[in-house]
Amino acid sequence: MVTLGHYLIVSGILFTIGFAGVMVRRNIINILMALELMLNAANLSLVAFSRFHVDSGGLPNFNAQVFVFFIITVAAAEVAVGLAIVVALFRLRQTTNVEDITALKF
Amino acid sequence: MSPFLFWVFALTMLFFGAAVIINRNPVASALSLVVSFLALAALFISLNAYFIGIIQVLVYAGAIMVLFLFIIMLLDLRAEELRRVNWIASAGGVVVALALIIQIVSVVGRLGIARQNFPPLARPASDDVHQIGLFLFGNYNLPFQIIGVVILVATIGVVMLGRRQTH
Repeated sequence: MVTLGHYLIVSGILFTIGFAGVMVRRNIINILMALELMLNAANLSLVAFSRFHVDSGGLPNFNAQVFVFFIITVAAAEVAVGLAIVVALFRLRQTTNVEDITALKF
Repeated sequence: MSPFLFWVFALTMLFFGAAVIINRNPVASALSLVVSFLALAALFISLNAYFIGIIQVLVYAGAIMVLFLFIIMLLDLRAEELRRVNWIASAGGVVVALALIIQIVSVVGRLGIARQNFPPLARPASDDVHQIGLFLFGNYNLPFQIIGVVILVATIGVVMLGRRQTH
């Protein structure tokens, strides 16, 4: 049988892949994609907990699913603004590599 | 849901999720991300969250991925493939990620409820769009309107950022 733990571990592995992507990759667009992976891992564990907490009427806990809805909405807004910043940065510096953007380096 | 389908979709999602960060070509990364999100939507549907699964396909695999591919093709990113890998930074990232996954697995392994099966639902094909709608316009009415303002502000911000400076 597939238990809650299976979903939580799959979600944890997906979060770790996204985290490793943010640490390893040097291209801003790839870093944004890895951030999306991390947000989706959090969504998966929220939906698994929603399905796990069934109330007395036999319905799952919909609070978590409403929360996932908000996370997806905010993630869409975040990606739109992030990619607009990347385009503005590329217009200014002709690069999307984080190692070339050192204006704030001490 | 049968365990076989769970493993098929979970392994697809993890394999293509790893392909996102391993591929050097940004277009290949973005297409791997689409496949990973579609498998994740299948996992949502396996948890009886039909509405979340469908908006996952519409918003992520549809809108967000089109945005990523559009920007990648607009900027014409090819220099990444020629650049050499910084092995010390990569090894550091992998070590920190391994520490994180070991910690997550040990915490979940010690969690008592993680070994329990999912309790049965009253109606397997429940009308979850109706229920989420009731929550969204009832308990969460104010956050729902605030999220609308967030989207509006993001739209205006993107237009302002994308405008060419003319001074």
